[in-house]
Amino acid sequence: MTETLSKQQYLDFYYYMRMTRSLEERLTILFRQNKVIGGLYRSLGQEATAVGSAFALRDGDFISPLIRDMGAMLVKGVKPQELFKQYMAKDGEGTSHGRDLNIHIADMKRGYVGPISQLGDMVPVMAGIALAGKMQGKNIVTMVYLGDGASSTGAFHEGVNFAAVLKLPMITIIENNGYAFSTPTENQCLVKDFAVKAKGYGIPGEIVDGNDVIAVYQATCRAVDRARAGEGASIIEAKTFRMLGHAQHDNQSYVPKEVLDVWHEKDPIKNYQEFLKNNNLADDASLKEMDEKILAYLEEEADIADRAPFPQPESSLEGVYF
Amino acid sequence: MAVVTYLEAIRQALSEEMQRDENVFLLGEDIGVYGGAFKVTEGLYEKFGSQRVIDTPISESAIVGAACGAAMMGMRPVAEIQFIDFISCAFDQLTNYAAKSRYRQGIGIPIVVRGPCGGGGRGGPFHSQNVESFFLNTPGLKMVEPATAYDAKGLLKAAIRDEDPVLYFEHKFLYRRIKEDIPDDDYIVPIGKAKVRREGRDISVITYGAMVHVALEAAEKLQHEGIDLEVVDLRSLLPYDKEAILNSVVKTSKVILLHEATRIGGYAGELAAVIAEEVFDCLDGPIVRVTAPDTPVPYSPPLEDFFLPNAEKLMKAARQLAAY
Ligand SMILES: Cc1ncc(C[n+]2csc(CCOP(=O)(O)OP(=O)(O)O)c2C)c(N)n1
Repeated sequence: MTETLSKQQYLDFYYYMRMTRSLEERLTILFRQNKVIGGLYRSLGQEATAVGSAFALRDGDFISPLIRDMGAMLVKGVKPQELFKQYMAKDGEGTSHGRDLNIHIADMKRGYVGPISQLGDMVPVMAGIALAGKMQGKNIVTMVYLGDGASSTGAFHEGVNFAAVLKLPMITIIENNGYAFSTPTENQCLVKDFAVKAKGYGIPGEIVDGNDVIAVYQATCRAVDRARAGEGASIIEAKTFRMLGHAQHDNQSYVPKEVLDVWHEKDPIKNYQEFLKNNNLADDASLKEMDEKILAYLEEEADIADRAPFPQPESSLEGVYF
Repeated sequence: MAVVTYLEAIRQALSEEMQRDENVFLLGEDIGVYGGAFKVTEGLYEKFGSQRVIDTPISESAIVGAACGAAMMGMRPVAEIQFIDFISCAFDQLTNYAAKSRYRQGIGIPIVVRGPCGGGGRGGPFHSQNVESFFLNTPGLKMVEPATAYDAKGLLKAAIRDEDPVLYFEHKFLYRRIKEDIPDDDYIVPIGKAKVRREGRDISVITYGAMVHVALEAAEKLQHEGIDLEVVDLRSLLPYDKEAILNSVVKTSKVILLHEATRIGGYAGELAAVIAEEVFDCLDGPIVRVTAPDTPVPYSPPLEDFFLPNAEKLMKAARQLAAY
């Protein structure tokens, strides 16, 4: 499938991974200035999984992202200023109007469904979206992201099994990033490869290098093709690593430094830059230009969010019912 | 005696109970090596080992269900739910297994399920809830919520020694904000006993958890206006201290029921019914509720501040009731 990628697509992968990282870096600064409210979770080192997988979808498809999947939301068309406002608890179009936090925002038109915090609960919901798509003859695909930890929930099991049995076009992306908060994967589940779980549901499970954006894209394309062809659900396990603590408050002292060093070498963005240069798709100057363009854009977007108003107190009473 | 925070008092109770009874053990997510999301169990893994401080997968239903099974074998499990909001994932095990076991099969389930509740931390709809009403309508469960460090320790010990399932709500806003001198040695605060935190003549404020502090703050301020509040800290929600509530209402003839949870189907409704049934003749004014409005807990500071009951809102209600 690599052959079919255009130069622009290769560059888009880079653009969105870089955008994800830079956006999160900007959020970190805002967090330190007490402008980001509540916790801040980063996807440092995992950008390729979110971006590569989302690129395999088309308009009309749906994702349900988790805290490490801001990149997938960007691909789906969320605007940085919407995310900035959302993280700063501000009001505005495309936010939850201060009612919910971080990536908990939804847009049925752009195709992202905000999760609730209760891990695993989005799997049945995304199965339902896939089911309706099938009933309505829409030929859409849904994709639900979750971590290795979230795959220990009952809701995960019920949702995946349900989608499998009903042959629903739902792809479950298990982002195996080594840890669930402080819990290493071996304390979460005894199989080394989470993709193996697919066997128990009678659906395909594929392992992919989660730090290789092209590999993630291709694996997801295969699952999407199957789903669109009516062959049902599948699981993709993206092997990656959480390069920062669970959230800003966690310095992840429990992660051995040697492990981090190994994964540092596998940085998805750094390695992809090399790939682009080696294949004459970019050079240092063009990459630098792109990076600067992104930073300038984010600066404007963050400014807009900074100037945006907080929601009106009384507005909290609205919207519980129709 | 030593000055400890609410959070340290909880840890002390866990540690002392584990020391006292080898059947007491802890299970939950990230509670061992990491010491818990809020560090409540910090140091206990080092002290008691991985067999008694068990890090579990993210499986609330299994955490509570397994606690039930272990309890049936004579163990005394204390399950931590990382945020009490996630108790919803274990709803069935609690309401259908744990709560009904004694009644239908004569087997008690002496478990404690504890976790941080409450708002004020900008945690949004899923990290701020007060869930007592989800469980209030389930005979067989007990529920407690301490407001002070002293009670945090004493109630947890009582809960661990109790023969029935106890939900122990710890208000996360209080974790490190309040501290007091508490005894180093063994004591319990009995489940089902309220405490009058402040004597007053004019209005009884019946409350629990973080709202006890709100009530005390309002009482101090209203004193200058000549309104004398009595503050009753329930401490136990199920069973609750009916006698203490009714005594206070009979004394003051006016009552405000204050809680942080939302209004419809909230705890205050049950108390209002009991007061109306039992001491209606003694009332000199309507039974008043001060609660959060009926919405999810919003995240943004202006919204959450608007949502949460506070001293100003209580004072306003008290002034109106005093003038009635
Ligand atoms: C049902 C439930 N239990 C506990 C939590 C608290 N919690 C939030 S994130 C997290 C760790 C998630 O780990 P994983 O699913 O592996 O995703 P990662 O953070 O590694 O991306 C936990 C325990 C939760 N959100 N939902």
